[in-house]
Amino acid sequence: MTNSSFTTLSGTYLNIQIPDLDGADAEQAANLYAEANNAIASGGLTQIGFHIAPDVQWGSLSLAAIKKIATEAERHDIALDYSNIPTGAARLLALAKSAVPQDTSPAPKQRFAFVTTVGEKTIEGLSELRAFFTFTGTVGSALGRLLRRKAYFEKSDLKTFVQAAGPDAIVIVGVVNLLLGVILAFMGAVQLQLFGAEIFVANLVALGHTREIAPMMTAIVLAGRTGAAYAAQLGTMQVNEEIDALTTFGISPIEFLVLPRMIALALMTPLLVLYGDAIGMFGGYVIGTTMLDLGTLEYISQTQNAITISDVLLGVFKGTVFGMLVAITGCRYGMESGRSASAVGDAATRAVVSGILAIIVTTAIFAVLTNWIGI
Amino acid sequence: MTQNTGQTAISIENVSMAYGSYVVQENLNFEVQKGEVFIIMGDSGSGKSTLLKHMIGLNRPAKGVIKFDGKNLWSANDTVEQSTIRRFGVLYQSGALWSSMTIAENVSLPLKQYTSHSDRDIADIVAFKLSLVGLAGFEEYYPSEISGGMKKRAGLARAMALDPDILFFDEPSAGLDPISSKRLDELILEIRDSLGATVVVVTHELASIFEIGDRAVFVDADEKTQTALGNVADLVKSPPSAKVAEFLSRGSSKTEQGL
Repeated sequence: MTNSSFTTLSGTYLNIQIPDLDGADAEQAANLYAEANNAIASGGLTQIGFHIAPDVQWGSLSLAAIKKIATEAERHDIALDYSNIPTGAARLLALAKSAVPQDTSPAPKQRFAFVTTVGEKTIEGLSELRAFFTFTGTVGSALGRLLRRKAYFEKSDLKTFVQAAGPDAIVIVGVVNLLLGVILAFMGAVQLQLFGAEIFVANLVALGHTREIAPMMTAIVLAGRTGAAYAAQLGTMQVNEEIDALTTFGISPIEFLVLPRMIALALMTPLLVLYGDAIGMFGGYVIGTTMLDLGTLEYISQTQNAITISDVLLGVFKGTVFGMLVAITGCRYGMESGRSASAVGDAATRAVVSGILAIIVTTAIFAVLTNWIGI
Repeated sequence: MTQNTGQTAISIENVSMAYGSYVVQENLNFEVQKGEVFIIMGDSGSGKSTLLKHMIGLNRPAKGVIKFDGKNLWSANDTVEQSTIRRFGVLYQSGALWSSMTIAENVSLPLKQYTSHSDRDIADIVAFKLSLVGLAGFEEYYPSEISGGMKKRAGLARAMALDPDILFFDEPSAGLDPISSKRLDELILEIRDSLGATVVVVTHELASIFEIGDRAVFVDADEKTQTALGNVADLVKSPPSAKVAEFLSRGSSKTEQGL
């Protein structure tokens, strides 16, 4: 293996022998560069000549090293001599030289980085919120046009979306609600047994599930399932210029694409919540009758006494609102997706994250409001 | 071969285009005559397709106005004139067929939206338009089941659904083999002649430019403005800039060789 050798000729001319770097160990290129750098920094050089012996293998690493040294030398106004390297290598170096240099200097370091970041994120969040309300407003006015029979979408689309949002989600919504009913009953049972108040497990499950758990969990399942699907569908349509094609036919993408999706979720979510209520309470019943030795009739009558129709309706109403939120976030990120595969992925991710966030925030608002009104 | 009637169909007046603060093109000025095939050509990244998007009202110019028959594309209340848009037929680069619908549904959607024909009449019109582009019998196929060239032809059938008088083509030959792309060029001329439509084509395919172009504008990526405008034949004979000469000569040497 040849080692790099530095030969200073006539005091100001540095000849650098480039060895077979690609075949050498990892250190050698770094050493070569460090040595050359020292020589340049120590001053007094007017010219650097590179030399690759004819019998030496040269590859990308050799050329990269030469280019790196040459760039450093140019900064110190040192002339370069490429006459002693093979023609092929010299031509590649000339090609690399002709490329337009990019400004790669790092962005100036900010002094109040934390404050700046917080500020930027806040502004970003506010404009995001504003965009959400703008989009909701646009969808609302499209809904108004629909009621005046002016909006246009395909009825068959609505059927497809209803099928996908409702019946197709029955299994997963059922499983999630059943298990949550079981968990709620189980947690309650362990605590209530301490006071001999096992029977109140029925109250806990019935109230907790219909008012809070069923609407929230059903909506979260739909955010992951349907919201993500909407974002991905509309994002892909954006990539394929399908949304542009609608616009140039004077067909509103909001009416044609967003409305049927939103209506499908607004129709299906309340039904799924009702179904989730029933399944969740059944989960509680199973725990109550097996673990706590409560009688079937006892559990059912306790459940009947625990909830009123307004509790159920509140849950159903919340579910409808959540369904629309999921549809709006899903469709918005899809419509605003960039035109690449990764942008569609981003849109789906953001749809799910924002959808779930919107559901939780709205649940909190509902909790305060219902307490205030006294429902 | 030109059907030029000397009347102005589209006028671009002092148009500048920008994405945010990034300027794409400035001070564009040209007119498209009724019945001609007008080519928008330029190097990669020069904003040809962006210009097309501005002409069909998808993007709004940063400055300047776009007029169709003397009427502004953008109305006073910041919306695109729907009556103008309705005269357009647009063939997108990828065809942009609505992927959830069959070919027949794709072509019939604009007809359902804007005409009061019965479903049967619409089906007849769709079958006729599809036979014009050589896709008779493909009504029930979905876009994912046909080839790229067929997608473009189906897109063309859809663009012609409402008998538009202005047709826009975004890179019609992109992704097509030389034979398919020549067929598409011939189809474009055929449609122009039979419908008497005005045609605007964005392309950098020289064979197409020479085959179908009456007049052309050259948008330059470096100068960020138009550097040539006129008859295609005149531009070849006396190109106004070295870059236009280089752009066009690569093709003329090919055509001389009979390619």
